[in-house]
Amino acid sequence: MDLGPYLILASLEGAVTAAVLALTAVGLSLVFGVMRVVNIAHGEFFMLGAVIAWWIAHSMGGHPAIGFAVALVVAPLIVGVIAVLADMTILKRVNYDPERTIVATIGLLYIIQQLTLMTYGPEARPVEAPFNTRLAIPWFEHGENGWQMIWPWGLGTTSYKLAVIGAAAGVLLGVWILMTRTRAGLVMRATQADRDMALAFGIPVEKVYALVFGLGAALAALAAVLIVPIQQAHYLMGADPLLLSFIVVIIGGLGSLPGTVLAAVLIGLSDGIISVFFSPTLAKILATLLVGLVLVFRPQGLFGTRHS
Amino acid sequence: MSVTTKTIALHGGLLVLLFALQFVLPAYHHGNLARIMVLASYAVGYNILFGYTGLLSLGHALFFAAGMYGMSLTIQHLGFSAAPALLAGIAAGVVVSMALALLALRTAGVAFMIVTLMFAQAGYLTILYFGEYTRGDEGFVIQQAQRMLWGIDLSQPTNRYFAALSLFATCLLASLWLIRHPFGKTLVAIRENEERVRMLGYNTFAHKLGAMVISGTISAAAGASYGLLFGYAGASFASVQYSIFPLLWVLLGGAGTVLGPFIGTLFMFYLIDLSSGITTAYMLIAGVVLVLLTLFAPQGLTGELRARIWRWLP
Amino acid sequence: MMLLSTRGLSKHFDGLQAVQDVDFDLPIGQVRALIGPNGAGKTTLVGMICGRIEPSEGRVFFDEVDITALPAHKRIMLGMAYTFQITSVFSRLPAAENVALAARRRLHGDKVDTAVKEALDQVGLLERMDQEAGDLSYGHQRLLEIAMGLVQKPRLLILDEPTQGLADSEITDFKNLIRELAGDTTILLIEHNMNVVMETADQVTVLNFGEVLAEGTPDEIHANAAVQAAYLGTG
Repeated sequence: MDLGPYLILASLEGAVTAAVLALTAVGLSLVFGVMRVVNIAHGEFFMLGAVIAWWIAHSMGGHPAIGFAVALVVAPLIVGVIAVLADMTILKRVNYDPERTIVATIGLLYIIQQLTLMTYGPEARPVEAPFNTRLAIPWFEHGENGWQMIWPWGLGTTSYKLAVIGAAAGVLLGVWILMTRTRAGLVMRATQADRDMALAFGIPVEKVYALVFGLGAALAALAAVLIVPIQQAHYLMGADPLLLSFIVVIIGGLGSLPGTVLAAVLIGLSDGIISVFFSPTLAKILATLLVGLVLVFRPQGLFGTRHS
Repeated sequence: MSVTTKTIALHGGLLVLLFALQFVLPAYHHGNLARIMVLASYAVGYNILFGYTGLLSLGHALFFAAGMYGMSLTIQHLGFSAAPALLAGIAAGVVVSMALALLALRTAGVAFMIVTLMFAQAGYLTILYFGEYTRGDEGFVIQQAQRMLWGIDLSQPTNRYFAALSLFATCLLASLWLIRHPFGKTLVAIRENEERVRMLGYNTFAHKLGAMVISGTISAAAGASYGLLFGYAGASFASVQYSIFPLLWVLLGGAGTVLGPFIGTLFMFYLIDLSSGITTAYMLIAGVVLVLLTLFAPQGLTGELRARIWRWLP
Repeated sequence: MMLLSTRGLSKHFDGLQAVQDVDFDLPIGQVRALIGPNGAGKTTLVGMICGRIEPSEGRVFFDEVDITALPAHKRIMLGMAYTFQITSVFSRLPAAENVALAARRRLHGDKVDTAVKEALDQVGLLERMDQEAGDLSYGHQRLLEIAMGLVQKPRLLILDEPTQGLADSEITDFKNLIRELAGDTTILLIEHNMNVVMETADQVTVLNFGEVLAEGTPDEIHANAAVQAAYLGTG
């Protein structure tokens, strides 16, 4: 294949990565923004979403679309409830102290991951996509007869991948409306802006925190359900989304939703394209260094503005 | 008894006990204790930054690995003998911790944790990337012939135990000396209230830099010794897990106590050792212990002991 | 000779003018009180003098040398000492260690112990030297804070509301302490208690809305109508 079609393919794959990444990272960003804590177990909520999706799809008979549709609703709900419970039993009790929360969520990471290993096992298992029509993409080439349209072998995508992009965009829009247009969003933003003031105005801050933590985890789980027909469910699959979400949230500016989405698109697309030229390991090295350096030299994120 | 006498008696007593144990322990536990002493040295190094200076690093595996690979790569590819290779490992620790400190200390709190995590992860990936030399995750064995330190065969259990004890004693006494020295006392004050220390005329950045280099260097010495004593270097020692371990050991044993790192390492090692006989998911224990400690005993075993009974414990 | 001077010193936070164009001179040996209503910019001004806060404009001179670019810890080493308005002792360390940390910047070995005991004695905390600072009463923590300033044997001692929260008897002791120090040590005293100001200060500077409103002897300031309107009337 020529470089041109190859780049188109990479961008398409990148767009899928970006869509899923944006969902996961917005979950992390929401938790950081409102609660001012970093949730290291975020990747494990993602993994749980995928594993529960497999479990639901596996135990339901009939057309794969039925199991998938149920998983799309139930998996984020279960994961959200688990996260709310974790918030109430652990985070609340350490008073959302930033450093102790990180240590506690590291513990939570191992607990979730290892319990999954004990019950689900070490295998990687696929979930069948609800629909999966192949769509070929044409390419234009200058040949003997001038410009002509060709259908290069391997250049194409599936209806499911396009649906993932669309679904993610829809959910992100929903989160944005929730945050900016509803009373729940107002309460969350008030808590984010000034916790003590929110308490003084009678906002039940602890409930808000529990719900935000649950919502953040549910978004990660939803992202995982969307990706699991493309990528298999495995108990160690949480590490990469965690790292990438970190990169996105930090580059997008901690706690800023539009910045997070913009950064997710940028990272998702460039991840696809960079891996055309570099080995994945080298790409990851560059990405981790980038996060570190951004935090050191531009802590407000690449797109954020500095507040004095 | 004065505090100094009690301190010397307690820490000297531990070292004497560890020396004596080698003659009575069965082979399996003898080997374990050697390993625990090397890992506890790593924890002692971690404790200087976390326990005494109050800086929570999530990237100490970078220093442990710098020592391990500084030692093993010079043996493997440059034909160094054990003594200069050990020095090369320690030197690598000095350089790497200095470089990371200069960057990471521009941040504080959560940002410091994430920055150290990211650079350590970059270090781990770099080891994988240069798999041609490091053999990546699989790692490589350091042959018995290369593990002769001044004519002593470190692969032989008795020698190995003694070498581990020497390393641990050096690190333990160094940390005891440090926290009784004005520099160490200033570190403790920085942990308690950095702004106040600055307004007493101390260059707090320089102090934190010093703490991080000392901490990183001890960690590297432990990493280099681990490779040399147990004859293996692998990328897993640079992974996030090996940054979490010293945090876990120090939290369990008691952050900011001299004995805490050893006690935490000892307990955790046997906890994991016992549970890995039952399940492959032995890291579950680590997770549960982390959560329980954060919730119920943030001061750790030695810290609780100090708060309740022996207030003089250093 | 001036020990401390500022020229055109200003600070604005997000458009809010906290301190505006302050020219301030403090001669060697003087006890100067800095007064003004809440939010007048006293702590911000002092923060810029000792390097905790970076000025937006203007310069600071110590010993007639421009120190505007020096970081806080270097200014302290030149002979400034600063005690915090909000009590900022090391609450988990013994009282003696709190003072020793301050003493070790200029002394070593046994001399530290002697100096620590002397400073604790000056503020009347000698018997409590082994107590954890956090276990001391609020008033005693304020006194410990002052002892940490004294032990540095500073040439300029900046005290930010030292008598806040002290009992009457402790305030009397504090006034005596300032009188003892006067002459040897130049003192800049931010103070709300007018009684303390009247009895200890040689000169008073009044700050209002970030600007110097008046300067003079305590009696002059007491009689100044503008000051009364701005400050005393509201007290």
